[in-house]
Amino acid sequence: MSPNCSGPRRVRAMGSEMPVLEVREMSHNFGGLRAVNGYHLEIDAGQIRGLIGPNGAGKTTIFNLISGIYTPMEGEVLLNGRKVNGLPSHRIASMGISRTFQNLLLWRHMTVLEHVKMAHYSRIKYGLIGAFFGTGKRLREEEEIEERALGLLEMMGIRHLANQVVLNLPYGAQRRVEMARALATDPKVLLLDEPTAGMNPEELVQIMEIIRRAHREFGLAILLIEHRLKVVMELCERIQTLNFGEVIAEGTPEEIRSDPKVIDAYLGKESVI
Amino acid sequence: MASRTTFRDFRAGWSRVPLIGWLFGALLAVTLERLAGAPIAMFFGLPKIPALFGLDIMLKKPLLIPNAFLYVLLVYGLPMGIATRAGIGPANRLATGLFRLPIMVTTAVYIGFLYAIFHVWAELNDYRALVLKLTLIAVMFTLSLNVINGYMGEFSCSHPGFMALGAYCASVFSLGMFVDTRFFGTALLPPALGPFLFPVILVLGGLLAAAAALIVAVPSFRTRGDYLAIISLAFLFIVKSLIENLEYVRGPRGLSGQPDWANLPTVFLWTVACVWSINNFVRSTIGKALNAVRDNEMAASAMTVDTRRTKMVAFLFSAFWAGIAGGLFAHVLRYVNPGTFSIQSLAEVLAMVYFGGLNSVYGSIVGAVSISLLGEVLRPLEIFKWIIIPLLLILVMIYRPTGLVAFKDVDVTELFRPKTGPGDGV
Repeated sequence: MSPNCSGPRRVRAMGSEMPVLEVREMSHNFGGLRAVNGYHLEIDAGQIRGLIGPNGAGKTTIFNLISGIYTPMEGEVLLNGRKVNGLPSHRIASMGISRTFQNLLLWRHMTVLEHVKMAHYSRIKYGLIGAFFGTGKRLREEEEIEERALGLLEMMGIRHLANQVVLNLPYGAQRRVEMARALATDPKVLLLDEPTAGMNPEELVQIMEIIRRAHREFGLAILLIEHRLKVVMELCERIQTLNFGEVIAEGTPEEIRSDPKVIDAYLGKESVI
Repeated sequence: MASRTTFRDFRAGWSRVPLIGWLFGALLAVTLERLAGAPIAMFFGLPKIPALFGLDIMLKKPLLIPNAFLYVLLVYGLPMGIATRAGIGPANRLATGLFRLPIMVTTAVYIGFLYAIFHVWAELNDYRALVLKLTLIAVMFTLSLNVINGYMGEFSCSHPGFMALGAYCASVFSLGMFVDTRFFGTALLPPALGPFLFPVILVLGGLLAAAAALIVAVPSFRTRGDYLAIISLAFLFIVKSLIENLEYVRGPRGLSGQPDWANLPTVFLWTVACVWSINNFVRSTIGKALNAVRDNEMAASAMTVDTRRTKMVAFLFSAFWAGIAGGLFAHVLRYVNPGTFSIQSLAEVLAMVYFGGLNSVYGSIVGAVSISLLGEVLRPLEIFKWIIIPLLLILVMIYRPTGLVAFKDVDVTELFRPKTGPGDGV
């Protein structure tokens, strides 16, 4: 795994202008429905991009296509110039595309710490021998993972909850667990699917701060799906607007805000309801 | 109210007895029974030493219930109670000393103690030894099923099939190579070599079971829940009818005359190995991936967990131990036939898993031991046994849906820790 990961990094260090994540002409159908049509994206390291659009526009489908839960029918997904579409989703994740889920897919019987440790799965080297026989190598590795996991929990401000089962936690804390878990896979690109859904204004401010911090400390490229325009406008450098699976507008927050097509498709109709 | 407080105070007297203290107490009790059990039993008017803590006598002769109860109190209760209570100080000092040793050494000492208790207890008569061996095998079998049904959350019905494959494979090797039989011909190797090669034979049985587990593991990549349960049930039927129709292993008549290699130490050591390796596995992050796959497969794979590998490992590992349990089972009974591995045995092992507790090593031990003992104890009731045990299961499912001791793995360092208070200066 490691040669694959270090290779592209070296290319970037040499000053190439290649984007971290590039999506070319990606399309996907569900039966007769064209869910995504000719989607295109380029994110550089350290950029935050927004993806907005009315319900059913295909935003989450795009995330599922990039992260390998579905395989795109047409087009390419390139991570540091390497084609990743068609690979199983755990491989894509271990290569550096991590994500959170709109409806919080946590493992309900596991503790917070176990969640974050689990996301280190692909980097475990002790193998089955270590797992069955509890070798010294395993002990050391598990300790290292635990330390790293606790560090991430500290950063998210939930270290004191480390040994709680996630089911018992309040919603805001569960969101943070998911974020810590996503960061634990050591991603280069982070896909956040409505990270502020169901949050009160206070939690909203906190989660935005956490996104900014993760972005700053890890130098991540972030792609963000969001319904609250305030959040997108504040966080993102560039925004894409999606409707019926197609990008209808792309630009800076100011451009998007004043784009008549966006107002028509998204702000105008949806927000009145 | 007052009596409840007194009871709590009374119980609190034993709260600081470390594990080693309990082991000493139990060893004392079984030694006492061995030395003076017969006269005590006679004194209480019991026909012989009660084999299973007096429970076996109570149902056969209800009038002797008080006598059996007094016997158990005098032989087990009092010595254990007094010895553990009086020995808190020395026991804790010993526990502290042992705790400082490397963990492997400490574990070996504790396991040695446990074996000594079993040995002395089972030496008294053959029935006890047989029940103990079958119970230990049930522990292995239950724990291996718990890996799939509890930790990975799939409902696998195929485990008696894996056990059958292990039992037959081991039997064929041991009968064919070390015993003169009418159906396999003369022995190929000197029988004296047998006990040394017995572990290899068992492992071969386990490996065959693991290979067969691929038939269930591969469909599990795409199928979950009810459908996988049906596939695994079909697997059980395939194995059973395959063996029934295979004249090479004498079909429904079964194989008999397996050499007497599965003595108590052998079964005990294999059980320890099984519990140890499964407990190791489920506590590692690789093993916890089973829980992640169970609770949400999509999230697991998005967090870099290789779900196919995880399922494959779980099925093969679990089937391996079921196969080992089968090999031991065949050599304990020295007879095996396909009828043993029927829906009935599936129901029994499922009862043990769900009664004891899902996702739990302790739970599997509790479930296997309690259902095995209940099965033996309720034997005099004949058919009513199969009313009482299911009723118990229903009650447990109502009041504790995940079983008696769910979600609890063994943490040896917690287990061996001396229980000293702040003022003891140890």
